[in-house]
Amino acid sequence: MQTLKKLKILSDSAKYDVACTSSGVDRGASENGGMGNAMASGICHSFSADGRCISLLKVLMTNSCVYDCKYCVNRRSNDVPRATFQPRELADLAMNFYRRNYIEGLFLSSGILKNPDYTCERMIEVLRILREEYHFNGYIHAKAIPGADSLLVGRLGALADRMSVNIEMPSQKSLALLAPDKSKTNILKPMGFITGKIKENATELVRYRHTPKFAPAGQSTQMIIGATPDSDFQILKLTEALYQRYELKRVFFSAYIPVSNDPLLPALTVKPPLLREHRLYQADWLLRFYGFAADELLDETHQSFHPMLDPKCNWALNHLELFPVDVNRAPYEMILRVPGIGVKSARRITAARRSGTLRTDDLKKLGVVMKRARYFVTAAGRGERPPALTRDAVLRALVSDSCRELYEPQGEQLSLFPAPKPQLWGEEAMQCLPGPR
Amino acid sequence: MSAGTPLTRDYRYDGSWDGLLCCLFETYERRELPQAVYSHEDVQQTLYPAVEIVTDPNKAGRVKHAMLPKIGPSAKELAEHAFLTCLPQKEVWILRFLRLAFRHGPPVMNMLTQPAVHTLNKAVLHLQHESHQYQGFVRFSVSQGALWSVIEPKNQVLPLLAPHFCQRFCNEAFLIYDKTHDQALVYQNGRHEILPLLAFEPPEPDETELRYRKLWHTFYDAIGIRDRENLRLRMTHMQKRYWKHLTEMQYNPFRSGHAEPEQSGEAQNFARSSGVLPSDSGSIMP
Repeated sequence: MQTLKKLKILSDSAKYDVACTSSGVDRGASENGGMGNAMASGICHSFSADGRCISLLKVLMTNSCVYDCKYCVNRRSNDVPRATFQPRELADLAMNFYRRNYIEGLFLSSGILKNPDYTCERMIEVLRILREEYHFNGYIHAKAIPGADSLLVGRLGALADRMSVNIEMPSQKSLALLAPDKSKTNILKPMGFITGKIKENATELVRYRHTPKFAPAGQSTQMIIGATPDSDFQILKLTEALYQRYELKRVFFSAYIPVSNDPLLPALTVKPPLLREHRLYQADWLLRFYGFAADELLDETHQSFHPMLDPKCNWALNHLELFPVDVNRAPYEMILRVPGIGVKSARRITAARRSGTLRTDDLKKLGVVMKRARYFVTAAGRGERPPALTRDAVLRALVSDSCRELYEPQGEQLSLFPAPKPQLWGEEAMQCLPGPR
Repeated sequence: MSAGTPLTRDYRYDGSWDGLLCCLFETYERRELPQAVYSHEDVQQTLYPAVEIVTDPNKAGRVKHAMLPKIGPSAKELAEHAFLTCLPQKEVWILRFLRLAFRHGPPVMNMLTQPAVHTLNKAVLHLQHESHQYQGFVRFSVSQGALWSVIEPKNQVLPLLAPHFCQRFCNEAFLIYDKTHDQALVYQNGRHEILPLLAFEPPEPDETELRYRKLWHTFYDAIGIRDRENLRLRMTHMQKRYWKHLTEMQYNPFRSGHAEPEQSGEAQNFARSSGVLPSDSGSIMP
């Protein structure tokens, strides 16, 4: 089969994998005289028609698979064209794309060919050719194959920059239902193994400077959202646990796109839950950079996110007693919790207030989104009085325009007689709001 | 200021960094701040008399010597980077910033709400953002073993791109041509240089080059998920001004080869939006 045809099939099968980041490791030009380097910030090389970044050559080694996971396009029972890359063929392709600056590196995953060990060996062969024969110093992300021998996973990690094991489903029950060949222990075992290796490697690096690095850009995982009835709260708790217990760098969420007519799954006509995925990512950022805990954002009685408000605004609305915040005095951690202020603008505020008192007008220059923040901050200066800080007024103002359209009837007929007050949100949406505790 | 001198005067300098430092020297010498600063390339836009500032290596050297200890490395870098941006009247803003920096010292970097600091920060952020995007959006073509690429940035990004690409392709020979500023970054045998280049005629791609371009098009078309199509989002991340020089955003005859003629309407819509087909496919395709 031609390389072109293989590439078409194998990148098409890999497109549902979300982890296309190239960040987390800084590597300068090497002494071995090879090609490439890696930047800690990561570089996006293009954006596909769905608006997602293309940073790595994202392909499967093969899309033939012995498993029959119901949510997966490559399941055994699905009738699709199959292809398999030869290790050298793939390495050559990656090198030539890299040389033309099309890509930042390689993302290599695979269906299970014969058995996990055999599959893993073939992936190692690609990485070995790239690293040892072509002296490639760019970024490589490798999927660990659940069920493969730990020696092989160790070898893969020594060649790759980032490793990941897909957790697939947010709960064991869903996993047992939809992926009968996989189990929770089967997935968590390599994940724990990689975490252990990374930790061990960190202490060894302190002791011996030339120890070969093990997955220097850390470990990530991904799970599918919306294929099973798991709630946002469960998913967020799981995410938090993964960050704390397994020290993952990233957890990715992927809205389930119907690929199969199985009665256990949403029908083929169901739209992917993109808004829910977006809210989960917003909450994920709050966990990683804003010092929030999962329990603060959702709780047992409020299992899903507010459809119209982002999680940070929602939290602020339920803790109005903590606001307004004085930007000239408040500690960094509190400023970070104000809606409309991000990590960068919070840092700018703490820097700028050293040289003088901040006024309300100044905040805009520092990158604060005043549309949201103005309800929650006070600053020096005569300025106009801050708007009233009542729950209803703030909620009305914070709901973004795009979301309001979803819930309000459009094109209303005007009447001579006073019509009943239009309802801003539906009854079900109300229930999502965590009440004051 | 004696009577008779106009309140605002324009400066005219040779457009170099040293020249601008001499302008700074003059503002202290003459105790004034110019209303506008022109380089020799600009056309003068006002009727005010322009003072010709001659670049004097001695004066520039004195400013340079004082700069690092007086204003600190980060303020120096901000001013130098600001000189590469496309900010209108950047010279006046840099002069205002440097005078502020010489008065306050390194803490000037914390005075983020000062107009001069704010304006320069914004302009430099734009420059850095653009240069970071170009680290990804530069597309090399290989001809006779060497790499070449054409870019059309708003700011002068080549000095910022140089270390990145020299490190990444340390064994290659490459040329990046900046069409807006008529400059080229040339790298060969471990040495790089930014040279003025008035025109660049890209060589015809050979067979191997066309093969990899085709492979890249195939990959680009396959990796997008149709159910998640979001063209606005793509445009936000990758503005249309970059598309002209991106291989994957070009309509190429070989692409229509693998787009089946009996596509359903929906599929054709997607193909069109993802760049596979031109927006008006009927008139172009035979």
